[in-house]
Amino acid sequence: MSGVRQDPQLLGVNPPLVQGGRDYHDVTDDISSITEAKVYETPMKYWIALACTSSVVLVLGFMLSYLVANGIGVWGNNRPVGWAWDITNFVFWIGIGHAGTLISAILFLFRQKWRTSINRSAEAMTIFAVMCAGLFPLFHTGRPWRAAYWLFPIPNTDLNMWQNFRSPLIWDVFAVSTYATISVLFWFVGLVPDLATLRDRATGKMKQLVFGFLSLGWRGSARHWRNYEAGYMILAGLSTPLVLSVHSVVSFDFATSVIPGWHTTIFPPYFVAGAVFSGFAMVMTLLIICRYLLNLQNYITIKHLENMNKIILVTGSIVGYAYVTEFFIAWYSGNPYERFTFFNRAFGPYWWAYWSMMTCNVISPQFYWSKTLRRSVPFMFCLSIVVNIGMWFERFVIIATSLHRDFLPSSWGYFQPTWVDIMTFVGTFGLFLTMFLLFARFLPMIAISEVKGVLAVEKHLYSETQREEVYK
Amino acid sequence: MSLVQIKTAAKTGPKYWRSLDHASSTPEFRQWVEREFPSTAAEMLDGNSRRTILKLMAASFGMAGLVACSRPELKFAPQARGQEDYMPGTPYSYTTAIVMNGQATGLLVKTYDGRPVKVEGNPDHPSSQGAATAQQQASVLDVYDPDRSKLVMNGTTESSWEKFEAALKGVNLGDGAGLRILSESIASPTLESLRTQLLAKYPAARWVEFEGVSRENERLGTQLAFGQPLYVHRHFDLAKVVLSLDDDFLGLDSNSPSATKNFSKRRRVENEEELDSISRLYVVESQFSLTGANAEHRLRLKGGEIRQFAQDLLGLINGGAVAGEAKRAAFLTALAKDLKAAGKEALVVAGRRQAPVVHALAHQINQILGANGATVSFTSAARPDRLDGGVEGLRTLAGAMNGGQVSTLIVLGGNPVYTAPADVQFASVMAKVATSIHLGLHPNETAAAAKWHLPEAHFLEVWGDAKTTSGVPTIQQPMIEPLYGGKSQIELLAQLLGAADTKGYTLVKNFWSAQLPAAGKENAWRKALNDGIIAGVSAPTVSPAINAAAITAAVGAAPAAGSGVEVAFVPSFAAWDGRFTNNGWMMETPDPMTKLVWDNAILISPAMAKEQNLTNGDVVSLSQGSYKLEGPVMVQPGQAEGAVTISLGFGRKRAGSVGNEVGMNAGLIRTTDNFWYASGFTLGKTGATHILATTQEHGSMEEPVLSGLGFTGGGEHRPVYREATIAEFKKEPKIIEEMVEVPELESIHPPVADYTKGYQWGMAIDLNACTGCSACVVACQAENNTPVVGKDQVLKGREMHWLRIDRYYVGEEDNPRAVEQPVPCMQCENAPCEYVCPVAATTHSPEGLNDMAYNRCVGTRYCANNCPYKVRHFNFLNYHKEMPDILAMVQNPEVSVRMRGIMEKCTYCVQRIQNAKITSKASGRAANGTPLELKDGDIQTACQQTCPADAIAFGNINDPNSRVAKLKKQERNYGLLEELQVKPRTTYLGRLRNVNPELEKEA
Repeated sequence: MSGVRQDPQLLGVNPPLVQGGRDYHDVTDDISSITEAKVYETPMKYWIALACTSSVVLVLGFMLSYLVANGIGVWGNNRPVGWAWDITNFVFWIGIGHAGTLISAILFLFRQKWRTSINRSAEAMTIFAVMCAGLFPLFHTGRPWRAAYWLFPIPNTDLNMWQNFRSPLIWDVFAVSTYATISVLFWFVGLVPDLATLRDRATGKMKQLVFGFLSLGWRGSARHWRNYEAGYMILAGLSTPLVLSVHSVVSFDFATSVIPGWHTTIFPPYFVAGAVFSGFAMVMTLLIICRYLLNLQNYITIKHLENMNKIILVTGSIVGYAYVTEFFIAWYSGNPYERFTFFNRAFGPYWWAYWSMMTCNVISPQFYWSKTLRRSVPFMFCLSIVVNIGMWFERFVIIATSLHRDFLPSSWGYFQPTWVDIMTFVGTFGLFLTMFLLFARFLPMIAISEVKGVLAVEKHLYSETQREEVYK
Repeated sequence: MSLVQIKTAAKTGPKYWRSLDHASSTPEFRQWVEREFPSTAAEMLDGNSRRTILKLMAASFGMAGLVACSRPELKFAPQARGQEDYMPGTPYSYTTAIVMNGQATGLLVKTYDGRPVKVEGNPDHPSSQGAATAQQQASVLDVYDPDRSKLVMNGTTESSWEKFEAALKGVNLGDGAGLRILSESIASPTLESLRTQLLAKYPAARWVEFEGVSRENERLGTQLAFGQPLYVHRHFDLAKVVLSLDDDFLGLDSNSPSATKNFSKRRRVENEEELDSISRLYVVESQFSLTGANAEHRLRLKGGEIRQFAQDLLGLINGGAVAGEAKRAAFLTALAKDLKAAGKEALVVAGRRQAPVVHALAHQINQILGANGATVSFTSAARPDRLDGGVEGLRTLAGAMNGGQVSTLIVLGGNPVYTAPADVQFASVMAKVATSIHLGLHPNETAAAAKWHLPEAHFLEVWGDAKTTSGVPTIQQPMIEPLYGGKSQIELLAQLLGAADTKGYTLVKNFWSAQLPAAGKENAWRKALNDGIIAGVSAPTVSPAINAAAITAAVGAAPAAGSGVEVAFVPSFAAWDGRFTNNGWMMETPDPMTKLVWDNAILISPAMAKEQNLTNGDVVSLSQGSYKLEGPVMVQPGQAEGAVTISLGFGRKRAGSVGNEVGMNAGLIRTTDNFWYASGFTLGKTGATHILATTQEHGSMEEPVLSGLGFTGGGEHRPVYREATIAEFKKEPKIIEEMVEVPELESIHPPVADYTKGYQWGMAIDLNACTGCSACVVACQAENNTPVVGKDQVLKGREMHWLRIDRYYVGEEDNPRAVEQPVPCMQCENAPCEYVCPVAATTHSPEGLNDMAYNRCVGTRYCANNCPYKVRHFNFLNYHKEMPDILAMVQNPEVSVRMRGIMEKCTYCVQRIQNAKITSKASGRAANGTPLELKDGDIQTACQQTCPADAIAFGNINDPNSRVAKLKKQERNYGLLEELQVKPRTTYLGRLRNVNPELEKEA
């Protein structure tokens, strides 16, 4: 990692990525101490939060058991709306994951140094979001054991047949499982130097053993670093196309069908932009919480948040553009079914979902043209939640409103969620947040070694006076 | 299940019920027995409690198992011992007949190992001609109904046949002065002969025939017009112009498929020449009936205004003029002209709900037109003395019961306590009868009111006979030993007469032995059983003289049409007069017009809805004097202004677990004087609401108009159901085909298979013939084991019918036309469902079928989403598991039962295709080793087989001589949504409307 060479005169314009005058030792201490803290040393607010989220996980467990025991009928899915909250939630969670990969892979390749203090948690978030997402395709069949068995190309003797490789759902299986594998690998490889740091600092035998095992014999030698950086670069290279491909494949679930509102070529780029948009919003929500819960203001600075807001503004605008294009094409195509579907989205029985989506996704990010709002933590916290609500509605609008009124007016229907639908979705938030909280407490949630790389500027500050000037 | 083991171990004879009762100590079973008259509300409506009660019902399986194990006395050879020529697992069909309203329809019942599973029409029977109605199809389910009557009940205590016999001996009937017998309309010659014997034995006794839905007015109409009671036979196949005066002969006013069968002969267009022979149908009615939907021209009038209409028509035909409202006058003028031009090819029919005088007027018009003897024929309907019929008969009986003149009342079948008009107060007068005996299939309302209730055997369980109104007799054969015990009506009557041998078989055999020619008697008997009719026997037709003076007098005496809201009572499609209320198949088959299931509603016109600010499900109260009924309304386009319609058969208290408390009981406001139409009602909103479940939410082919933010969109017409007038079609034969532009298919993919070789299955549905009667829907359900899901599931859009009938309204909201379109799976060659299935659970067969591999299905529902026709049905819950175990007996063993999480859909009855192929292979082997080529007609799908209109053609489209291939060559052949390039194998033949140019401007 090369250091950042900055003109001290420009520090006011382009402030250091780590603030509060933290030096190498401080960084290690600050971040490791979170994982090394005794139970009573971790702030009480953390344990309260964990208790809340883990009880929601129990709700999820109950909901899934209830579903498996009775069948999909406990949800509101019907004919014609065969997919509703299940696939909406799937696409929503998969989308959330995208920010993690984007931050860790693409921003890495583009040498965006500011990513260092957020990439670890963003990657973790990706993994947890994919876990939540994966639940839905599996459980929405009502008989997950069958789905798990038949959907993967496990050799079978009773039928001697392959999956149907023409089906986008099979592409999904491969896309999502590849994505999950690469994300876990990428995250873990990035963790190795930090795990070694924890191992070296560990006082208990157990900790030493566990971290020793996980750090794969890392000694920090130049050779290790050389291999590590090459490997990390390769994984980043592998992950980069995944950012584009996973959500493109997910969008094929819809794009390859014949249903008006689904059958459209705009979906891959539109879905990817939407995924990045929602993913950044989710990173934002989580980081603001962690920043507060674990006192990480020096590492996750306003600059980080502002940069992310800029991305939210860009992707939000792309998404808005896609919405307009969809409407234009529906009109321009002359296809009466397509035209009606879009009118129906905006002014039909689900108009409220459509306009929620428009407000949250297209209008709300436009506030970020203002620098003040872009840098206001309470505002961005609220807005990140608004964006995620909007993105959930986007998927609901695409899935449910397209299905509920398709070709034959005789088979039109309406979808209403049941309490099981709602509590299952809420339950996945419990799972997601619980996993994240556990991660934040037990693993270094900021990449220690990478953050040290961007500390280099400190060395160029020659006196206490100057430091004080910079950090006043 | 331990119950069954105990029972089979203990050798129990015919008295097994009592000993079973003694031996059974499980609390569930005790509870079940005590719930013989279950008083809890309609559990079937609610998912959770339904499960509970069905679990309870499982206890009743004990009895079923037992009956199967009980040693038959005479008739049934047990399967355990091998029989010559009998192959276990092979279906055998037996002939029998079903009777409704005194009209017999011949049936062929398919049985598997002694279980009747599927009802088909008997092709040799004149009333059936191979078809069966929805109710007839569903009647087989009643055999297994766990709520059927199983015990002889004396009041509320359990009793036995022995005790009943002993009690009967104690009753001194004397000359029968206090004896009354109340039955439904009788069509059984054996029962008639027993009746004659009974009336001879008790010279002062009287017999009453009453049904809640009967043909009494038709009989009284002939009495008025011709001075004698006659059965009227309409020959729709000979009629070019038909006028229906409130006669829903294609729907609820028919008891057999014959009307539709004959009518469709003039509606189907198999070739060019037939274009000119299409009949024209005019309908004048109050509610929008199926017949109205099939009419070229329909006029909405209140039921009470139809007599005046008939009078005006008679005047016009006699050369008079008509005044009054312009639309009605124009309709009348054009109609009269058309009828006159048709002459003896005209046919005027009056419905059973119209007063006798309207029937008489129709006869008179037919007489003038020359139709009597041409399109109408008559047979005698003379009845013995001391037989009272209809509402009048019931009123007299109730009066006698109230006056204490009746000491013994025997109710043979039926449910008069429920079906009798409210003012008769049958239950309370019945309490005044010292000995009241009810023989019934179900422990129903009448059973509860009777001193004695005797379980009746189902018609598929007994020996009997039935003749059509044209006098063609059929022997009823039992398909199974009475599952729950029980006797037939003839057996009970023979017992009353003190006959030595009261077995049904002996009674029927003896009766017919006397009728059949002495030579070859046994052969004739066997032939009768085989054919399902006794050949050569029929009633002679009569040519009666019309009594115009009597009709004129009756017209003069007829009361004027009443004021206020008019209420019409119609039999319901699902429950009829209440006899199918506990039949899950019927309750879930959507009403052909309203698409309502699991309910009835007060049907009101859109104008009345607007005026009173009512929407579907608003509960209103209908009242007149002391009569009051509350129930939900449903807006029915095409309903006559100022008139509401309520269907009968709902709101029952003791129907059983399926039908209890479903809907409202229209009988509460039905009186002897206003049996079919009652006027003077006021309608008021109560503020309460009731959720109505329909299977079709959007009723027109027009998109709704949507607008907002200054934009307006939608409102376009989707040519889903295509039709043209005959003139339009003649001018431009491609008009139907070109209603939608179909782009050329450009694909980089080669075709999946070579569809030019071998058998290629396809279907064509002639929309010109299809009436929307929904017989196919029930036939499909019976054939393919599709489950009944209950109201709550239908509300969620989860009904499972593989074949549905879409109904669209066309034209103005107040007075639209309606069209009916059956939608099975289209078996697309480019099936959108196939490529999206991740596990290849739905794939294409080389014969062009879109197959489902249930075992492979994981349940992603992607196929259903991507199906443009939405014909795929997903088992959201384990519907089959929730059914009482005994209903497993009615399932077709050739079709797998699907568990939850599996997608299913129409297969073109692939099991029938495979069976035919196996047969052809087997017979080919016997001949020279190569399978015989299947001929057109060797395979009939279940829907096709039962279709009373022969609207469905199925077969090999590669065979240019097959009916389906020929139909598909017609210019009016089109594929639904074919613009999507899915290449549907099921196609439709557009409807051709034979409109009267004077009434409808042609394009």
